[in-house]
Amino acid sequence: MNKAADLAEDRNDGSSVIRLSGSLAIACLSDLPDRLEAVQGPVTAIDLSDVDHMDTIGAWTVHRTAKRLNCQITGGTEDARRLVDAVGQLDEPVPIRPDYVHPVSRVVGQIGEAVTAAGSTLVGLLGFFGGTLVASWHIIRHPSRFRLNAVVQRFEVVGVSALGIIGLMSFLIGIVIAQQGSVQLRQFGMEMLTINLVGRLTFRELGVLMTAIMVAGRSGSAFAAQLGTMKLTEEVDAMRTIGVSPMEALVLPRTLAVVVMMPLLGFYASIMSVIGGGFLCAVALEIPPITFIQRLREVVPITDLWVGLIKAPVFGIIIGLSGCFQGMQVKANAEEVGLRTTAAVVQAIFLVIVIDAFFAVFFTWVGWN
Amino acid sequence: MSEEDIQQAEEQRIEEALASSDIAIKVCGLKNSFGDQVVHEGLDLDVYRGEIIGVVGGSGTGKSVLMRSIIGLQTPDEGEIHVFGENMVGRLDDEALAIRKRWGVLFQGGALFSTLTVAENVEVPIREYYPNIGGTLRDEIAAYKIRMTGLPTEAGPKYPSELSGGMKKRAGLARALALDPDLLFLDEPTAGLDPIGAAAFDEMTRKLQQTLGLTVFLITHDLDTLYSICDRVAVLADKKVTAVGTIPELLATDHPWIQEYFNGPRGRAATAAVEREKNRAADGQPDGRR
Repeated sequence: MNKAADLAEDRNDGSSVIRLSGSLAIACLSDLPDRLEAVQGPVTAIDLSDVDHMDTIGAWTVHRTAKRLNCQITGGTEDARRLVDAVGQLDEPVPIRPDYVHPVSRVVGQIGEAVTAAGSTLVGLLGFFGGTLVASWHIIRHPSRFRLNAVVQRFEVVGVSALGIIGLMSFLIGIVIAQQGSVQLRQFGMEMLTINLVGRLTFRELGVLMTAIMVAGRSGSAFAAQLGTMKLTEEVDAMRTIGVSPMEALVLPRTLAVVVMMPLLGFYASIMSVIGGGFLCAVALEIPPITFIQRLREVVPITDLWVGLIKAPVFGIIIGLSGCFQGMQVKANAEEVGLRTTAAVVQAIFLVIVIDAFFAVFFTWVGWN
Repeated sequence: MSEEDIQQAEEQRIEEALASSDIAIKVCGLKNSFGDQVVHEGLDLDVYRGEIIGVVGGSGTGKSVLMRSIIGLQTPDEGEIHVFGENMVGRLDDEALAIRKRWGVLFQGGALFSTLTVAENVEVPIREYYPNIGGTLRDEIAAYKIRMTGLPTEAGPKYPSELSGGMKKRAGLARALALDPDLLFLDEPTAGLDPIGAAAFDEMTRKLQQTLGLTVFLITHDLDTLYSICDRVAVLADKKVTAVGTIPELLATDHPWIQEYFNGPRGRAATAAVEREKNRAADGQPDGRR
């Protein structure tokens, strides 16, 4: 059974017979298919008398050769002949890969698809926002349907559990800003301005922005994955048939939790950044903490805090909505859950930064600079 | 002779007997547990070459765990598993690899690689184990394997997410058959198929088994499958194989689960269907016109 497959050619009068021998099984074929391919006609017959074992792959090799050389198959056991016949009946071309598309037209097609997808996503997100508003209005009119437990549970997951990582991140960012700023400002002998830099930058921009990015990565992705999986297992459909609105039961508690938690987390992150900056000033620049705080109160206007706190809930809405929206779009399979989760995070961070740019222009316009 | 010597001689004898005999799979004293929960204890099972053995048992009796133990996805706590005379437990060497090439597995959901087309899925084992087979021949092999499992030719370039459940199973079977295995493991092949699709799948399994001389290890809940294609049936209960044999032999035992299984309403319906089929074949006449 383990004898290697071999072939011999009997030539006479210009035509020949191919004699196959050994085991025509996939493990013993080695280079036999290539050698058969090299045989040129005319060949009258392929003789299987010396073949002692054959599997379908061996049978297929015999069949394709016989077909190419247009010759008979002789000899061999009945089983072998039956196998070759059985395989021969299945001879029908089957495409292996999707049709080849020229790279240029493929790229153009992909760009087109991406544009329409972006457009429909934007419209869908707006519609989803509208749906959330309608659901909120229902809740306001029937406060008994408000799911306090669900919301409070989300508070913990979105807010309390994030304190550690957001605190550490903000502390380190405070250190980095102070360190990089002091290096530059030292050239002008104005190291004291490091305090302005840390104070204003963190309260106005970085505290809230970095928090939004972290929350989008932590909670936005979790929302998309949770809702996506619930869609796949038909939990969402089951809810609808029972008469529970997924908007009220799933989307609102999550969005509300992010909206409430974002200002708190953003404020906490700003404070942690300031502490980080103060720590570096004390250690590296020898500015005592008391001086640091005193100076901070002089240079950071209270409007900077308002700027941060006004932006935070808006960012929260964006993160919550895109997480839930993408999760609810899952339809086909588990792979889509992964894609939608990625999309939720990317979309949330992108929109947060776009809105942040608008806010920057707006607050300068109203004179809060 | 010390006790150890006797034991060694005994093992030697068993191994020799196995290598030459008609037993494809021999499971001895298998024990599997997850934490405190013992799934199998002292499980023995022989599968003969060229038979279709059906494995049945209630939910949670460890049918899939038994299959996973045999194909090496689950390392048992105790016991030996011989496949074609080689002990396979915990082996990763070349000989064990050679045995691995001789079996194909169809998982419950098909377990197709989602980033490859159906035809490319079939090509994966060939590409992996036999790189000497050229691209054209490989494509041709994939093509006839796909046709062999009854898939339409248009299914070749499709991705698994574009297929229905029954087509996924057929594609999974095509991949399991890619290397012309001697041994085929099927995990609930007809679950989730409509009765016509399930019957067609049974028919195809039987036909392939006869044409290719396969040994088939078939886990199923489907009584019709048991009646129509299985040579023997092994019943898993009480953490071991409580009974194994043809269906009439099993009916003669008085184990309560077996009795309830085959003599419950569904069991009786399946028996009646088989009887009808037999009568029809004997009379050569349509049903009920005798």
